[in-house]
Amino acid sequence: MIKNISNLGDAALYCDFGNDVDKKTNFKVIKYFENIKKQNIEGITNLTPSYNKLIISFDLNVVNFTELKKKIEDIKISENNIWQKQKIIKIPICCDDEFTLDIERLSSKLNLTKKEILEKYFNKEYFCYMTGFIAGMPFLGDIDKKIRLERLETPRVKVPKGAVGITEQFANIYTFESPGGWNILGSTPTKIFDQSNEKQPTLICPGDKVLFYEINKKEYFKINANK
Amino acid sequence: MQINKIIVLREGVNSTFQDLGRDNLYHIGLPFSGAMDKRNYLIANKLVGNKYNEAVIEFAYQGPLIKIENGNINFAITGNIKFSIKKNGKLINGDCYKTYYLSKNDEIDIISTNNSVYGYFAVSGGFELKKNFGSFSTTVRANVGANDGNKISKNENFFIKDFENKYINKSLKYINSKIEYIRILKGTNFDYFLEKSIKELTSKEFLVSKLSDRMGMRLQGPKIQNLKETNIRSEGLIKGAIQIPADGNPIIMLSDHGTIGGYPKIGVVISTDYDRLVQTPSGKKIKFKLIELKEAEKLYKLYQMETENLLSQI
Repeated sequence: MIKNISNLGDAALYCDFGNDVDKKTNFKVIKYFENIKKQNIEGITNLTPSYNKLIISFDLNVVNFTELKKKIEDIKISENNIWQKQKIIKIPICCDDEFTLDIERLSSKLNLTKKEILEKYFNKEYFCYMTGFIAGMPFLGDIDKKIRLERLETPRVKVPKGAVGITEQFANIYTFESPGGWNILGSTPTKIFDQSNEKQPTLICPGDKVLFYEINKKEYFKINANK
Repeated sequence: MQINKIIVLREGVNSTFQDLGRDNLYHIGLPFSGAMDKRNYLIANKLVGNKYNEAVIEFAYQGPLIKIENGNINFAITGNIKFSIKKNGKLINGDCYKTYYLSKNDEIDIISTNNSVYGYFAVSGGFELKKNFGSFSTTVRANVGANDGNKISKNENFFIKDFENKYINKSLKYINSKIEYIRILKGTNFDYFLEKSIKELTSKEFLVSKLSDRMGMRLQGPKIQNLKETNIRSEGLIKGAIQIPADGNPIIMLSDHGTIGGYPKIGVVISTDYDRLVQTPSGKKIKFKLIELKEAEKLYKLYQMETENLLSQI
């Protein structure tokens, strides 16, 4: 199922599952990720699944590229029964003017009203392809074809914590204040990454389903205060 | 039992608690973090008689000004650092790679790093801190690690674990050597770039920009031109990976890097040269040399042996 394994530097394997970005390919990546994680292979220090790649970092004191590549190639994974434990997570989002930083840009570039954009954004069940970049940030897809837009020409130096954005076929949530170039159309008061919960710090995991629902400003600040 | 306690009178630049970092959390977006210059980190702990995973204070360019508020401490500083010690009211210049014993009201002023970026302050017994995800290492951007995931700040107190008030008299003769080249391996998008640009990457000098930090090192030099696509589908990153964004200025991923990125990777710094790469201060220039995987693996074995040899001399 892995099309090619190459080295990324001297201490990581780059497992390529092809160029497609779809659930089918991503399922395979996640299946490998889960399987390798369970096996506790000596020397592996990190696994980073993404849409269609899996990067395996290792400790060069323990194992080297050739040895680990062989081990990964020998892993047999069945194609069927690929998905079992999908959670459905509901995330409240406030789209008050204060939070919809890029709604005008989206509106003029997509030729849609704010109402039409938000309708399309909320009326969809999303799939979590991966988490990362910053702690707990989910990469969700796929958004309605009519609201797809490239990143900002000049990324923001600071996107506020809780901001939700879209770009290309994806939606995300800024779990911490961070630089970023996605089109921001709202904010969630929900805590997505909890560093004090070491067993399960992320609310949304790869493979989960995510539903967004709209709340008003009053509800937003009420949830925010209860955090 | 005596309580050993220090107070931070000046925080310095980017002073954080670090240890060996944390594994196996890339998939939720947490980088390794940990000490940037691992060799100097290990030496610091060994000098004061600690285990290798004890937290130390890492600082950049300027370190903290520390006063012993109660009890005693036995400490060592590693790196290429200018610091002074005020002992019984008397001011003396400090030497790196050497242990010192101080008592209540004595002070340590870590003035600056010389032609380098990071230094390490270790105390016998270690600091009294809480681990987060199995490590003390601070990842400021995610508020993870010791000290509630924050940098060390002015007027903060830290307790030091019991070390039976023993003066451990140890030192090491060590000079932080410079290397002529930072050696790299081909990245997964090596063929995205113009041949001329690849030649320039491996022959011209690149200036380390002021915008460098624990997350990444930004470089300025000849613009690296992309032939194919300036964005790739976001995928995992590792430390040492050299990304080339659309503007053609390389960014090298360092210990606190974002775990996922969408810029093509032209190369990856070999593990052996990472400690020395991160010690290149802003305003200085670096050169790259392309080598093969087998050579990188050999070089790492040698570097490891050298590190172990140094540690065994302490």
